[in-house]
Amino acid sequence: MDLSPLYISIKVAFLATIITIFLGIAAARYVLKVRRFKGLIDGIFTLPMVLPPTVVGFFLLVIFGKNSLIGKILMQFNINIVFTWVGAVIASIVVAFPLMYRTARGAFEQFDITLIYAARTLGISEFKIFCKIIIPNVIPSIIAGTVLTFARALGEFGATIMLAGNIPGRTQTMAIAVYTAVQAGDRAKAYNWVFIICSMSFTSIILINFWNNRQTKSTARRGDI
Amino acid sequence: MRSMRKNILILFITATMILMLLSGCATKLSAAPDSDTSAEILKASSSEALAVNPSDTSEKAELVVAAAASLTDVAAEIAKMYKTVEPNVTITYTFSSSGALQTQIEEGAPVDVFMSAAKKQMTALEQKGLIKEDTKKELLVNKVVLITPKDSTKEIKSFEDIATDKVLKIALGEPNSVPVGQYSEEIFTSLGILDKVKVKSNYGNDVRQVLTWVESGEVDCGVVYATDATSSDKIKVVCEAPKDSHKPAIYPVAVLKSSKYKVEAQAFLDFLSTTEVVNTFKKYGFEMK
Repeated sequence: MDLSPLYISIKVAFLATIITIFLGIAAARYVLKVRRFKGLIDGIFTLPMVLPPTVVGFFLLVIFGKNSLIGKILMQFNINIVFTWVGAVIASIVVAFPLMYRTARGAFEQFDITLIYAARTLGISEFKIFCKIIIPNVIPSIIAGTVLTFARALGEFGATIMLAGNIPGRTQTMAIAVYTAVQAGDRAKAYNWVFIICSMSFTSIILINFWNNRQTKSTARRGDI
Repeated sequence: MRSMRKNILILFITATMILMLLSGCATKLSAAPDSDTSAEILKASSSEALAVNPSDTSEKAELVVAAAASLTDVAAEIAKMYKTVEPNVTITYTFSSSGALQTQIEEGAPVDVFMSAAKKQMTALEQKGLIKEDTKKELLVNKVVLITPKDSTKEIKSFEDIATDKVLKIALGEPNSVPVGQYSEEIFTSLGILDKVKVKSNYGNDVRQVLTWVESGEVDCGVVYATDATSSDKIKVVCEAPKDSHKPAIYPVAVLKSSKYKVEAQAFLDFLSTTEVVNTFKKYGFEMK
């Protein structure tokens, strides 16, 4: 069996996850600080999670297609996103982003604000407060969000096939390989990929639970609770 | 607290490295528009160097062929055959529904050849001026057939039998989005039994779903393409649709205007009509137009 969908999936999901971590945290921080149109911005950030991925894919295709402004600018630099694995990364980022954003935002909201006030009285800069006080306190949530993001990016199908296409050996991820195998009536191959995807996703969830348990225990031991 | 700080440090370092890697990719991409691995970039630049000599332009071309999902298995076999005929041309497929492919082509996906499962999508592209003139060809015809599960004990013999009590449930493609669903409705309309069939219908999102329902015996019968019927050994074909009861299911092919390898693309289209390939298409249940 050609294993390229596995490598492509991992490569795409890994890159998408790394970028989404930063985007998600930045977006969560921004939404907490913003005063006006909070609900509106939050809605836009969460939208990709509730929209059907094919709709997201269609939007992305139009945005990065040659007829749009962005597409035209990219064309000036000879960059083509449609039908490349970079397109698959972009699709995964957009679809997985709300998971990271939501988790991070939840963590920030539960964060004890008095710690920040204390830090401010000590004259620490806002950026330093964010990096050295807020982030360490919310790290368990961030990690949970990361695993969820990775699992979502790994399973991404609808938006990916729209933007990146279904090119074996280049943009054909595992989820798309299942679709293709079913279309070709190749059940054995479909079962194989289904098994691989299920075990990888299941492992991610187990990992999250394991981490959470360990985290709860270690906090309990430190006597913080 | 100390280990936390270390963790964060590691996180940031990894992230920076990834970002550097990414920006590297971006510059590579801008250097070679259509390729996404360094190996291909090497290939591309070498073919550019060769292109100085015009007689060598046929060297190492990569054709991106956007093909309808129903062509998935036969197309893979044809690509292999073409490799032996024309070793310098690599056929790279992207498979999806014809409608999705049409949209992708309209949005500038780098496609050289389009193999559609229906005339509608090809005509739409033609009207937008995206098809290279005189390259469009109606290549294949797919027959519409009535199938039952292999071990079915109901004596279904024809399309007319669907209206009788022998059939309680039938699987059809969704008429608005699935071409074979459209053809099915046309057949029932021409037989004058559409209303009787409608109440028994289960609509699938694509023809493979219809096939799966029949295979598992969820329904008494279903209407699919002859090619789908050929791909499964869990069903039996009852009969073909009556002559002229529906519009023919034609698969047109064409070279796209934006193709960088128009000569090679045309050569590939010509190859699709050779006896060898025609036999392969027939093996998978297609008929030639």
